[in-house]
Amino acid sequence: MSEWWTYTLADFLMFSPRTYWRLFELYNVAIWPAQLVGVAFGLALVALIHGNRAHRDRIIAGLIAACWLWIAWAFHTQRYAQINWAATWFAAAFALQAALLVTLGVLAGRIVLETVNVRARRIASLVIILAVLGYPLLAPLAGRPWSTAEVFGVAPDPTAIATVAVMALVRGRLRWLLLAVPLSWCAIAAATLWVMDAPQAMVVAAATLLALWPAARGGRGGTPAAPR
Amino acid sequence: MLGAAGAYALLRPATAHAQPRTILSRPIPSTGELMPVVGLGTWITFNVGDDPVARAACADVMRSFVAAGGRMIDSSPMYGSSQDVIGHGLRQAALTERIFSADKVWISSGAQGREQIERSRGKWQVRRFDLVQVHNLLNWQEHLPTLLALKAEGRIRYAGLSTSEGRRHGDIEQLMRSQPIDFVQITYNPLDREVEARILPLARERGIAVIVNRPFREGALLRDLARQPLPPWAAELGCTSWAQIVLKFIVAHPAVTCAIPATSRVAHVRENMDAAYGRLPDAALRQRIIAAAERA
Repeated sequence: MSEWWTYTLADFLMFSPRTYWRLFELYNVAIWPAQLVGVAFGLALVALIHGNRAHRDRIIAGLIAACWLWIAWAFHTQRYAQINWAATWFAAAFALQAALLVTLGVLAGRIVLETVNVRARRIASLVIILAVLGYPLLAPLAGRPWSTAEVFGVAPDPTAIATVAVMALVRGRLRWLLLAVPLSWCAIAAATLWVMDAPQAMVVAAATLLALWPAARGGRGGTPAAPR
Repeated sequence: MLGAAGAYALLRPATAHAQPRTILSRPIPSTGELMPVVGLGTWITFNVGDDPVARAACADVMRSFVAAGGRMIDSSPMYGSSQDVIGHGLRQAALTERIFSADKVWISSGAQGREQIERSRGKWQVRRFDLVQVHNLLNWQEHLPTLLALKAEGRIRYAGLSTSEGRRHGDIEQLMRSQPIDFVQITYNPLDREVEARILPLARERGIAVIVNRPFREGALLRDLARQPLPPWAAELGCTSWAQIVLKFIVAHPAVTCAIPATSRVAHVRENMDAAYGRLPDAALRQRIIAAAERA
């Protein structure tokens, strides 16, 4: 890109806010009732984080991986790519995140979540609940129809926020590898909403920072525990 | 009021829809073909994906645009689904033969330029493009020879270059001096007037048609101007909105062939097209338009 310094964030927005929210409306209609599965997955994450069942961390990684893979295909490739040519790259990044979760978490069992720090788990749970139950409310709060709601598990923003909350609990440096794509997406999402003058941008930014707090507090040490 | 600006504005009869007025047109210097001075851009506004409601609205916009005497529709492979939406609308409204199709080539690889243009043509569903421009001068070294070859083969009618928001004006100027292009596309409005110094005079000197993009700064200029009431002299120009005043400012420049405001609303396209009729501002009035824009 020549004279790149002359470009602003707004120069990269190639669709109108109306088109963006209509995209979610049409997507929600097309995939119904997949949203219910997404909500169920999100609530299951909260229960699992506070539980102690066998293979807990593998199940959590698998649930989140399924969401990222679905969004890569059903949202980015099938929908968002129609109005944003960069969505092809977003789809690849989301598929990569799913692959990391499956290989490192489900198969290798190397994703081990914090179990001792109760406050960290509570923060993660709070953020996940906000992402699952609170995020869809932003549509009516912003004066948009319910049909444009973004739902955890099928929409990228709440899924990325909740994923940051969970990955912030991962022990060891592996957490930063697993946070790279979700954090990048949260930044892209906040920037997109900001350019569209959507106050929701601040929600994404604040929720992401809150979700990241356990990682920032406990990110200076710790080694992965034995696979569960 | 018409003054010198009006003297060079050629008039031609309205299109098949019986218009009581005559639309302002300018000749494309390389051929003399007349072009109505207001066209239709599609950046953002036509990128609506496969939303059937929004696609129908875009088809209505094109139908109203052509009914009001408009011809030039401009797009690019960079504009997401806009080319598909144009093709859908042209087919729905049976307008393919009535428009002037202006598109761009936008790909790093020079070898893939022809392929991309052919893909774009398929999306528009036109027999051939009237004009293809090198988008933002991206790899013009390879794409421009391709466009000139396509023109020689009769696969396109005109070749051009595009830029926006004042970027690469030095390169544009050099290419206008050295290359046999028919069109150049630049940004020009009452606030962005850098092109007045060198590029617009050079276009007249070299006989190159000028397309003006971002006439309203993607709406920001109109939002700012809306805080001021319409001045009394707006009525003298036959203007009922700031959009029409801004468009008349742009097309009153003798080097400008066509301005291409983008919209997805029928009411706005009708309002824009009204600027292609009636009087144009003279030099003194253009200064007052600049002053109003700078106050906004």
